[in-house]
Amino acid sequence: MALPVEHEALTKAFSGFGVNEKLFISELGRWHSEQRKVFRKRSEQFFIEDERGFERWDHHHVALLEREFLRFKTTLVLWTMHPWERDAGLANEALINGPQSYGVLIEIACTRSSEELLGARRAYHSLFDLSIEEDVASQVDGPERKLLVALVSAYRYEGPSVKEEVAKAEAKILYNAIKNGVSKKPSEDDEVVRILSTRSKLHLKTLFHYYKEISGHNIVVDFDVDMYLKQTVECMYAPQTYFSQVLDAALRDDADEAAKRALIRVIVTRAEVDMKEIKEVYCKLYGVSLSETIEAKAHGNFKDFLLALVEKGQSD
Amino acid sequence: MATIVAPLQHSPVEDAEVIRKACEGWGTNEKALISVLAHRYPHQRLEIRKAYQDRYHEDLIRCLESELRGDFERALYRWILDPADRDAVLANVALKNGKVDYRVIIEVSCTRTPEEFLAVKRAYMARYKHSLEEDVACHTTGDLRKLLVALVGVYRYDGDEINAKLAASEAEILHHAIKENEFNHEEIVRIVSTRSKTQLLATINRYKDTHDISITKTLAGNRENVLVDSLRAAIRCLTDKGKYFEKVLRNALNKSGTDEDDLTRVIVTRAEKDLRQIKDLYYKRNSVPVEQAVAKETHGHYEEFLLALLGN
Repeated sequence: MALPVEHEALTKAFSGFGVNEKLFISELGRWHSEQRKVFRKRSEQFFIEDERGFERWDHHHVALLEREFLRFKTTLVLWTMHPWERDAGLANEALINGPQSYGVLIEIACTRSSEELLGARRAYHSLFDLSIEEDVASQVDGPERKLLVALVSAYRYEGPSVKEEVAKAEAKILYNAIKNGVSKKPSEDDEVVRILSTRSKLHLKTLFHYYKEISGHNIVVDFDVDMYLKQTVECMYAPQTYFSQVLDAALRDDADEAAKRALIRVIVTRAEVDMKEIKEVYCKLYGVSLSETIEAKAHGNFKDFLLALVEKGQSD
Repeated sequence: MATIVAPLQHSPVEDAEVIRKACEGWGTNEKALISVLAHRYPHQRLEIRKAYQDRYHEDLIRCLESELRGDFERALYRWILDPADRDAVLANVALKNGKVDYRVIIEVSCTRTPEEFLAVKRAYMARYKHSLEEDVACHTTGDLRKLLVALVGVYRYDGDEINAKLAASEAEILHHAIKENEFNHEEIVRIVSTRSKTQLLATINRYKDTHDISITKTLAGNRENVLVDSLRAAIRCLTDKGKYFEKVLRNALNKSGTDEDDLTRVIVTRAEKDLRQIKDLYYKRNSVPVEQAVAKETHGHYEEFLLALLGN
């Protein structure tokens, strides 16, 4: 009776991603009642000894198990969804979850193209009978409201024209805003918000280049003082690095549910965009391939599906 | 409803020839230009431009620019442009002429439908290699900037859903901010610049029901204050644009010295939309038809052109 293996498989289901369906079918499905009873008696964290003489499933762990079974379905539904609906849904979810999830708003607003973001805004109208800017403006309370509303409202120019002198001058403005960061929070500085939320991405790339000349550092390093600004700049300056970091946080052993959901979000939304580049950066940063990490931390159909999406970039 | 009178069928090639002939030789046959161009819908004008380009290897607009001077030229030039392109040009002119004409920015962003305004923003990017938001943001400062950038950035929900409770609570927020003279209050900008037009109208109505005075009247006292004036204009454009445009026309024709820019802009931009309603409102308010006022205050080909657009 190979009990420890199944016990380990079930335990693993609560510490990683997804469930090992094949193992459950091949092993648990063949147990008779005596084997199952032994299993219940030995799995103290899953089953509680009830006062009336039977071993009872701990509800909390049933809920966790349910969540792990659902990961595959969630991924599937998100993957088949139209990107507009997907982004609108993710944005709304982030708003509802509160400040710890506002990063998702920044992610969507800054890493999508102008037309993709516009599409998401259209879908938001259909799904929620509200514009995303209305919702963000009325739900976000703190000083980050200004930045978030501006970012989700952006419809940036995407052509090749850039005015070098303007980029240079605005790099100086950002540099000064950081220097004076003690007296005035940079994320509340109107000029900082204006520049980051209205300028084209090409203009900003040029600006970041001049910034480095002025400050000696990458803007991402200097903007470390403000979480939302930092993320904004990361998403614009080096999105693949940003995504790699999100993936790494999701795959750590101590990742919370919010970080874990990011795994699905990033892989599904980037699979056909820049997954190849993200994989390269991930490998450079962490010394191991993304696929290997997923293989180690995820189980079953969920794992296979994620790997299929991640590897999609390879053959394209 | 539109006021322009245009035939259902036309020959773009023939029209192009008439225009070419009108511009040839010494002087210009403005009457001929008006007889064609003032009586064509946007898609027809586009076809004429294309036919002209194909036949004479020149952009119709360039040809006209070199021939005409003054108010008539400006009006005709604006008229020929595709509506989204026209609005983009109007917005750009409003920003780049030293002192920002914020009313034009508010008009363009608030009286067009969300989809029309989106087309304007695309046309703006194509023409000026910058987004409208960028340009508005870097040509304005302070509280006015906050309002204008928000107004041009928004992509409003355009459905009919109304949240009555929200209308009530936001009417109170507006009332409170105005009472405290906090016109730059973030909540005012938020409500006016993000809510759908239907929702905003419900809010304005609720305000009037509760406080027995319309919000625009409450804001009327502070005309010199640019921010208050802008808020008022924005609210009027969003919730009752017919009356707003009637007022612009009235002021343009009443002021000692007609304001041709305003006059041209309203007539040219509304002729294909709701100029008929605006005319009715003008008559109701001033007891004379607007054509009469236009005939009195303008002259020459400029007058003829405006009257043609007004439906004569």
